Amino acid sequence: MGVFDRLTRGLSRTAERLARRFDEIAGLAPAPSATAPAGATVETIEALEELLLGADVGLGATTRLVERVAERTKGGQDLRTALTDEITSIFRGVPDPSRRPASGPYVVLVVGVNGTGKTTTVGKLAHQARQDGRKTLICAADTFRAAAVDQLQVWATRAGVEIVRAQEGADAAAVVFDALAAAQARAIDTVFVDTAGRLHTRVNLMAELEKIRRITAKAVPGAPHDVLLVLDATVGQNGLVQAREFAAAAGVTGVVLTKLDGTAKGGIAVAIAHDLGLPIRFVGVGESIDDLLPFDPGAYVDALFTRSW
Amino acid sequence: MFDALGTRLQDVFQSLRGEVRLTPETTERVLREIRVALIEADVNLQVVKAFVDRVRDRASGQDVQESLSPDQQVVKIVRDELLALFGDAKGGLKPGGPTPKVILMLGLQGSGKTTTTGKLARLLKKQGKFPLVVSTDVRRPAAIEQLSVVAGKAGVRVYDPAGNLDPVARATGAILEARNTGSDVIIVDTAGRLHIDDELMAELVAIKAAVTPSDLLYVADAMTGQDAIKSAGEFNRQIGVSGVVLSKIDGDARGGAALSVVSVVGVPIAFVGEGERLEDLDTFHADRFVSRLLGMGDVLSLIEKAEDVVDASSAATLEDKIRKNTFSLGDFRDQLRTIRRMGPLEHIMKLLPGMGQLKDLGGQKPDEKQLRRVEAIINSMTPEEREHAEVIDGSRRKRIALGSGTSVEDVNRLLKQYNEMRKMLKLVGQMTGEAVPEAPKKRKKKGPFSLMR
Repeated sequence: MGVFDRLTRGLSRTAERLARRFDEIAGLAPAPSATAPAGATVETIEALEELLLGADVGLGATTRLVERVAERTKGGQDLRTALTDEITSIFRGVPDPSRRPASGPYVVLVVGVNGTGKTTTVGKLAHQARQDGRKTLICAADTFRAAAVDQLQVWATRAGVEIVRAQEGADAAAVVFDALAAAQARAIDTVFVDTAGRLHTRVNLMAELEKIRRITAKAVPGAPHDVLLVLDATVGQNGLVQAREFAAAAGVTGVVLTKLDGTAKGGIAVAIAHDLGLPIRFVGVGESIDDLLPFDPGAYVDALFTRSW
Repeated sequence: MFDALGTRLQDVFQSLRGEVRLTPETTERVLREIRVALIEADVNLQVVKAFVDRVRDRASGQDVQESLSPDQQVVKIVRDELLALFGDAKGGLKPGGPTPKVILMLGLQGSGKTTTTGKLARLLKKQGKFPLVVSTDVRRPAAIEQLSVVAGKAGVRVYDPAGNLDPVARATGAILEARNTGSDVIIVDTAGRLHIDDELMAELVAIKAAVTPSDLLYVADAMTGQDAIKSAGEFNRQIGVSGVVLSKIDGDARGGAALSVVSVVGVPIAFVGEGERLEDLDTFHADRFVSRLLGMGDVLSLIEKAEDVVDASSAATLEDKIRKNTFSLGDFRDQLRTIRRMGPLEHIMKLLPGMGQLKDLGGQKPDEKQLRRVEAIINSMTPEEREHAEVIDGSRRKRIALGSGTSVEDVNRLLKQYNEMRKMLKLVGQMTGEAVPEAPKKRKKKGPFSLMR
């Protein structure tokens, strides 16, 4: 199955409902004619606002989108094209700060609050890297949650990659340092570091994350090359706060949006790109090891607002 | 938790102070602010609309009491309506039912089911029950191990037939095991699933049919957005939900999803999980929750937390010491330890009336380290110094500072604080109870979190 098909499958439920709603709204907009002035009516705009807020897009991004769309429909454009264009341009306007090292291992930290799917995402990422023929190592730095390391061990076996692990309760930064030393000794290409879930309001735990970042840079100059924040697609406006806090503490370079195979719309992705200028890098659309796809703004927006494919 | 919602509403109320009358214009302005506050808190849009309409009706209707100022009127209306949203359902488990009681945990992946299972088992054990926990999550790697570890920490029994990977058989096996071992509560943890995963939902139906649970607890992440009612609603429709456990409310999520689930799906909140420690699970009380939301503080919960860690005899001793003005540095240290046993300072602060706004000033967090430092200083004193602080001279101060890893200034500051405190306590002591608020009567020894009331 192609990448696009799988994204479609994952997003299809979301899309169905949104598309139906969208058609209702678009139906409200009168066709421009010689007698009636062009432009969406107040009801259409209000319904659109509701649709976006209901998808967790958030007030900031919604207000901007609604204004722009109203403007463009006045110019005679149809509602769907206007909205699709505007959302896509939000995503496309975001620079991608990730770097690949000239030499040495490419190091990726995976961070996020509890229960978003970090460990699963690391498993999937490692599988992908392995498929691409890269020598991959997983570092199990979640030494807090009970059995987190065992869970990651299963993923490492499934993906067929090496894993560096420590005892539960061990110092996370020390495990990371060991893993990176091992990676360099064994000429590993790619290292994924699974960190413990932490609420962004926990000062101590966020400080630990900063420490992990510092240790990473010490072990491999220039690392981490990527810091991926894993966000649950069901998250509401708090996702924005999480992204802001993790960006401050860990220097997040991109977002992975997980659990998009549910009914949640993951509209917070729009808000994050709009408000924080962080790129969305991957989307998780299922439980099996292949269900992680590179984020494609065009496909995402199409999947959200188009009925037929 | 929920601070942002509370703060926003408080800002609205603040802006009303000084107004003489509630005019239609100010009402609309307030309603707009409330609407924005609720939407940003992830409250479902339909709920927001209905809520705002009801508040508008009441604010403009005859319902307005002349004796209240405009801000008080609005606070009262909003409070009443919030309480109405939560209904009069009680938190906690359903009382009664057959023994052993079976609790089935439901929820999406990552909502916190396994952690909550451990916390709930600990809470029940503390209430004198003998819980048995069983995991039926044969899907997520290491989920069964995770529950075993959590149960071990909580000190409760686990049923884990090695090699048995049939969820239904594991659940029914646990019931037999409970009968044999005399456990009176069984908590069945399940695999996290999407509400649109038909196969897994069918599995849940089968487990439910096999164990006939008295409580079906849906664990909901407080950070969930607009999708909350869809998933909760689907679980309720297909499986049936008797109560919601709201998890991760120690973050700064605004928790509007809770309001939505309660009012749209019509399921009461049973428990709230606030923190990563096993003790961090509390029975939900709508009235206290709303008070806290509106910045009125939650003194009742504070008292319960205090009762949890203070026993009656030591409280009486303390009272006696205050009356006789013999409150020593050693007693001071005991008090500090008691406060720290009540949980992180930030949580405690939030229960105090007015603290909602206060702690936003300058973003200052209560400093746990400061408390530890004070304790270290007192620990470095001799018993004599603790009882008679006046003997502490310059050279003793130097020694104490060295011993506790602090500076002489720190020691000085502590001694000054202590002396001021004694002066205050002396005054309190002289009032001989008359002006001292009566300590709340100790309730039944069963403890504050009794589920069976």
